[in-house]
Amino acid sequence: MGDIGLLGFGPDGWGLVLFRAGLMTLAVSVAAFLCGLVLGTLVAWARVGGNRVMRALAEAYTVVLRGVPDILVIYLFYFGGRQVVAAIGTALGFAGPFDISGFVAGMLAIGLISGASQSEVLRGAYQAVPRGTIEAGRVVGMGRFTLFRRVIAPQAMVTALPAMGNQWQSVIKESALVSVTGLVETMRQVSVAAGTTQEHFLFYAAGAVIYLIITTLSDQVFRLAERRSLRGHQGAGY
Amino acid sequence: MDLTFISGMFQKILTGLPLTLNLWLLSLAGGACLALTLNLMRQNRIGNAIAATYVFVFRGTPLLIQIFMIYYGLAGFGFIRQSFLWPFLRDPYWCGLLALILNDAAYSSEILRGGLRAVPKGAVEAGRVSGMGRATILRRITLPIATRQALPAYSNEVISMLKATALVSTITLMDMTGIARAAISETWRAVEILLCAAVIYLVISMLVTRASAWLEQRLSPWQFGRTTP
Repeated sequence: MGDIGLLGFGPDGWGLVLFRAGLMTLAVSVAAFLCGLVLGTLVAWARVGGNRVMRALAEAYTVVLRGVPDILVIYLFYFGGRQVVAAIGTALGFAGPFDISGFVAGMLAIGLISGASQSEVLRGAYQAVPRGTIEAGRVVGMGRFTLFRRVIAPQAMVTALPAMGNQWQSVIKESALVSVTGLVETMRQVSVAAGTTQEHFLFYAAGAVIYLIITTLSDQVFRLAERRSLRGHQGAGY
Repeated sequence: MDLTFISGMFQKILTGLPLTLNLWLLSLAGGACLALTLNLMRQNRIGNAIAATYVFVFRGTPLLIQIFMIYYGLAGFGFIRQSFLWPFLRDPYWCGLLALILNDAAYSSEILRGGLRAVPKGAVEAGRVSGMGRATILRRITLPIATRQALPAYSNEVISMLKATALVSTITLMDMTGIARAAISETWRAVEILLCAAVIYLVISMLVTRASAWLEQRLSPWQFGRTTP
């Protein structure tokens, strides 16, 4: 077992670097989760209220993303994105070499993966909204957007919250895969540190602890949000 | 689109299929055994705490870090290099398989725990009254009901494990993803190659989805609007 001082914040310590990498993990996860939320909402909407073509497309999207390994999707965005950027760049007359940021590729790829499962969660939450409340909103003359904002979204959010917490947890863990693009987040940084110091176990363990801290803290946040969202509900038990 | 390139690539990637299937099925089998053990441990306080910590750690960290920790990390311990385990832990295949088993066990044990909770107390009591021992009750009452309850969630886990096997390509194993990755650095035609690999994974996972739907219908036809055969 190596020198635990390597993890400190001193001049020889990797503490600060790892802390920054942890923030990067958080940043790429939040960006990807929001990407997935937008995509998931659109896809859930297409599956619930879309026409036949939209429904089929949305269903195909969820089936494909559920069945393909996440790392392939990330490679596809990273290498494929580079190909696309290079093609556009050459067409516009710029000189190479072209590259795509690991952050953007990772955010889009994980957003796309997460969007597929978030859409399922959101669809289920929408279907749990009592029909009567939607009809009531329509009767009092609400437009589609107002109805969504004031009747559907507040109720669906409460139902979706616990499952969304799980989605967030998987996004954090998937964000480790973005390290293959060279983005310096936790996974990448601990690999570099492990290689440099030859203290592999120590640094991978430290990385694991960083992920555990992030997942545990965000679990607490989601629990708080859940409790808050249940205010005023009968039998909520709080 | 270059069809000869694509069909050649399919054949090339398919040579990695046996390794992918091997890791997938063995990790599911190993994970299931360990998941059952973890649930049996939960009967007393210490066992419960151990199982809960195990699940917390393995579900709270990315699989990639678990793989690296086993493959690169364990080699740093002198006593492991001297032990009889070293021939195994030196080999990326066994490290990858071990990481997949440990990871799958954490998720499967939670799924099984959910299933076990759904077993009606009355059924277990009935077994006890009719004179069954603990092992018999487990084998003939608890596990059959629990696995039936857990089946939909478990089929998702089966698919996630198929996807998870792709990560062993990061420790030099030539599974389907590893072959695809090597082909990319040879030819730089990333999109075609990755789509070929994706199609193969997709077909397998769709087969799993079909099979589990079929199994669910077969095990409880009354839930699907059919009369009991």
